[in-house]
Amino acid sequence: MAVLLDKNTRLIVQGLTGREGTFHAKAAAAYHTKVVGGVTPGKGGTTHEGWPVFNTVHDAVNETGANATVIFVPPPFAADAIMEATDAGIPLIVCITEGIPTVDMLKVWTFMQGKASRLIGPNCPGVLSAGMGKAGIIPANICREGRVGIVSKSGTLTYEAIHQLSKVGMGQTTCIGIGGDPLIGTSHIDALKLFADDPDTEAVILIGEIGGTAEVEAADYIKAEFSKCGKPVVGFIAGQTAPPGRRMGHAGAIIAGGQGTAAEKMDALAKAGVHVATSPAEMGQKMREALGR
Amino acid sequence: MKIHEYQAKSVLARFGVPVPRGEVASSPAEAGEIARRLGGDISVVKAQIHAGGRGKGGGVKLARSAEEAESLAKQMIGMTLVTHQTGPEGKKVGRVLIEEGLAIDRELYLSIVIDRAAACPVIIASAAGGMDIEEVAASEPEKILREYIDRGAGIVPFQARKLAFGMGLPGAVANKLAKVLDSLYKAFVETDASMIEINPLIVTKGGDLLALDAKVTFDDNAMYRHPDLRDFRDITEEDPLEVEASKFSLNYIRLDGNIGCMVNGAGLAMATMDIIKLAGGEPANFLDVGGGANAEQIRNAFKILMSDKNVKAVLINIFGGILRCDILAQGVIAAVTELGVPVPIVIRMEGTNVEEGKRMLRESGLNFATADSMGEAADKVVALALGVKA
Repeated sequence: MAVLLDKNTRLIVQGLTGREGTFHAKAAAAYHTKVVGGVTPGKGGTTHEGWPVFNTVHDAVNETGANATVIFVPPPFAADAIMEATDAGIPLIVCITEGIPTVDMLKVWTFMQGKASRLIGPNCPGVLSAGMGKAGIIPANICREGRVGIVSKSGTLTYEAIHQLSKVGMGQTTCIGIGGDPLIGTSHIDALKLFADDPDTEAVILIGEIGGTAEVEAADYIKAEFSKCGKPVVGFIAGQTAPPGRRMGHAGAIIAGGQGTAAEKMDALAKAGVHVATSPAEMGQKMREALGR
Repeated sequence: MKIHEYQAKSVLARFGVPVPRGEVASSPAEAGEIARRLGGDISVVKAQIHAGGRGKGGGVKLARSAEEAESLAKQMIGMTLVTHQTGPEGKKVGRVLIEEGLAIDRELYLSIVIDRAAACPVIIASAAGGMDIEEVAASEPEKILREYIDRGAGIVPFQARKLAFGMGLPGAVANKLAKVLDSLYKAFVETDASMIEINPLIVTKGGDLLALDAKVTFDDNAMYRHPDLRDFRDITEEDPLEVEASKFSLNYIRLDGNIGCMVNGAGLAMATMDIIKLAGGEPANFLDVGGGANAEQIRNAFKILMSDKNVKAVLINIFGGILRCDILAQGVIAAVTELGVPVPIVIRMEGTNVEEGKRMLRESGLNFATADSMGEAADKVVALALGVKA
């Protein structure tokens, strides 16, 4: 088993005919994923690399029975794409696009209230369930099947964690990149809830960054609820040396008003019983210790 | 994107937020003329830089005549203003804002930002205006009032009343605050601002509200749809290397240390800075070359990195996903061959096509140190940076 994405996932790609969309659709298909089609407005009725292309997400869902979508459309059109997928009732929406204006994401947030879809991202590497498939850009060749779940704000740091796990002989269930923007669809807490209920996940790596309070809230949740499932959590927060007031690449990664420092997040996680890695090179080793191996 | 106070006030005025009468000057003579035009007994001369704390640093002064305004402008224009927000090197003043003097009764604080957890805009207000709001929040948190804005309803009048009476304002002023809040929210949404701060918002002796100071920051991601606002960018306020990097879509931030870093991905770039510090070194920069970097990007990144004369050693940390290690190696070899990088380079790469990348580095005949893990890479580069310094 895995969370979010498994063998029953039928994936469409919004922006399939673009360069990124094409490249990653092929990579997903090569990694066991059932890619069933794509959406590019104006190109409906054609085929692309053997996949049917539709004008609207509704058409794609009706024709292919898609239950997941991955979005590779440019920032000015990405919020629209997310809302269209929501309206079409797709349960899992993964948005890779970086650089969506915050005001657009506020609209998306309001639009999605009370609807059944779950958004992962935006500005994220997506989701990969080891040995089953992926929606996004996580390189499959570094992953292996195993029992550790990963939830992370950062893409390449997720790859680093996967690599370190491999080095100590461990694999993954599902890797979830939730993204580094100020407003995201799925939080650390949401991901932890999924991992708590997944019988195949026996431990979790949680990777955060400076900025905002999401990791502190996750720490509260771990202490109050997640700890009951008995699965150890290894945590790392990037940006211990970041100066205040400077945005560190990700729109959300900024220490503002004295809030959102790595120190306060690490402290909160440690107090919640998380095995906090001070160095980013220690994530794999910490996990081995946490599992007593 | 940050803008100057005078630009911020012009934006706010456009949406109906009352601001003092005034104009910006780039020469003392112009400043004198503006003061003369404004009339009145007192004018205020304010240095325009992208940093707060100007008053304490000598960047805000009162003039009792047009002549005095001119001579104050003469002192300020061209001076390097140091405040707690500029860092010790300070910022050079290019323009001054000349405004009418006002009879102030009270100073309030007002701002609007996005609250991430609530996923909506929030208005923050306080009767303790004119002060550093972070200090107020720390010492007297009960003095900070918040109203969360529903996207559908916008600001509802009762929210303005709650804030006004919460700050102890009389009824007549409360009505004026409701109007200010409406304008403020409209400005926030329509300009894609990420923050608007009015500190202080003054109540005059006559019971009027005016934005005496204003700070506006725009969402960089939304600037594509605001060509008029983009023109407000003042690149003389930015680090020249950061400006150069932005032309190549490189995410670069200059720091104080001597170890240059080149990394793919923002999170890994921050983590690389962290591990350098843990190994006893100091990073010279944050640099994210992005996931889709090619050989040309790597070359540009090297150029920017090496323009910082403090750099004594370079650490390249790449986790190849989309960016393949052989492409990286090719870019690094080409850049180093062409640019003749004079400092030691430590390369740690992992991921797609790593063996091929390593082979290319070995066979290049160039003097790279390689490492198999982040920890080893950090130890090596810190030792090399120290060695060069000695």
